[in-house]
Amino acid sequence: MRAFELEPPLSEEQVRELRVGDRVYISGLILGMRDATLIRLLDHGQPSPVNLQGQVVLHTAPNVRKNGEVYVPLSVGTTTSARMDRFTRGLLDLGVRAIIGKGGLYREDSLRALQEKGGVYLAIVGGAAAWETSKIEAIEKVFWEDLMPECLWVFRVRGLGPLFVGIDSHGGNLYREILVQAEAKLAKLKELWER
Amino acid sequence: MRQFRAYDHLQDWAGRLYRQALVQAPKDVVLALARTRDREKGLAREIMELVVNNIEIAEANDTLICQDTGLPIYWVKVGSGVALNLHRVVEAIRRGVEEATRRFALRSSVCHPLSRQNPQTNTGLGVPVVHFEALEDGDYIEIHALPKGSGSENQTFFTMLDPAQGLNGVKQFVVESVLRAGPKGCPPYVVGVGLGGSADLCMWLAKKALFRKIGEPHPDPEVAALEKELLEYINQLGIGPQGLGGHTTAMAVHTEYAYTHISQNPVAVNLQCWRGLRAGVRLYWDGREEVVA
Repeated sequence: MRAFELEPPLSEEQVRELRVGDRVYISGLILGMRDATLIRLLDHGQPSPVNLQGQVVLHTAPNVRKNGEVYVPLSVGTTTSARMDRFTRGLLDLGVRAIIGKGGLYREDSLRALQEKGGVYLAIVGGAAAWETSKIEAIEKVFWEDLMPECLWVFRVRGLGPLFVGIDSHGGNLYREILVQAEAKLAKLKELWER
Repeated sequence: MRQFRAYDHLQDWAGRLYRQALVQAPKDVVLALARTRDREKGLAREIMELVVNNIEIAEANDTLICQDTGLPIYWVKVGSGVALNLHRVVEAIRRGVEEATRRFALRSSVCHPLSRQNPQTNTGLGVPVVHFEALEDGDYIEIHALPKGSGSENQTFFTMLDPAQGLNGVKQFVVESVLRAGPKGCPPYVVGVGLGGSADLCMWLAKKALFRKIGEPHPDPEVAALEKELLEYINQLGIGPQGLGGHTTAMAVHTEYAYTHISQNPVAVNLQCWRGLRAGVRLYWDGREEVVA
């Protein structure tokens, strides 16, 4: 088992090195986005207030408390990526290199984009926000506060991981492997029920 | 018949149960997660260790298990020995949710379905969702909270099968639904299954099934046997914790049923994510209280 410690911005070379089954730990600045953020960025075409080149996007909307001008992270966890699947290519076109999410990506176009552009999908354990929050040092910046809690968040993280390489840039896809086996199992069960 | 007087108490408890369900996993869920961890190997075990560890961190830090504060859903059982003003009950629960949202800085996960505008209160028209049920006796009401995360709620399935498709049709639909949900709703799941009733009742039965403790089979042996059989089929799929492979795709299947029309065979599937969040209390007419979940 290989483990990588990475700090954004990530290069194409760094991402191409990652393969399904590898563990990744991230330190530095990462971006938080989800449904409403991505609709504004990619459907409404509003320019990103931050440079997305080589960046890592986490599918999230956190629980926060405002302390003066600073947002304190109370609970930061990860939401289901499949809802934002449609925005994968758009994010990679803007320079994003890694998406941290849970539940995987499914659209053929997203999977192709990861291969063509050199992107990676990193699986985090969904629902484990208490643990995830312990890896968040601070909320550095917040944009689009009118979308609260679906703002564009800039988090400072330390050793965020283990993240599991779920889909790599070479066509490796752990979710697909598991689901193909499950479909085969279901087909067998159906024979039993249709008899 | 006793006049229920504890509305302020109820408001306080509605907020407490909301937060408690988000912070503290029920004992039966903690136990089932630990068992799942012990059964798994490799990546699935690594994931389950992190899941169990996460629950300990949440409890130690008095923080949320998962960031999703959910759609607040309440099930209120009303004893036949108490006279109750239902409007005041709904208002008390709404205020309780709003108060907890403010006080604990809970993320507001609720919005208008057309404008998508978020009122920042976790409440709005029809939310919190409150279901009432009449009990045969008792001089109390029971209030159960289940703030439902969207990851699992988005994985909801319903069908009207033909009676000729019978029980095999039901089994196929349930197992197929869990496969369609796959990794998206945070497995290992508790699978809520509703059988019979009208379309709306069937869906509520699937949700109601999630309020039951893991390890408590349905009291009807025939239904309990079906639950066991469905769980075995589901765990043959190999989807596993977080959908990254493993033995445990579901920790339990809970089924609730109602009689239905002679030409109908409705089936609903509503999933609960691994954190299995729920909390409940019994409030007597005079304000005495008893934790029940």
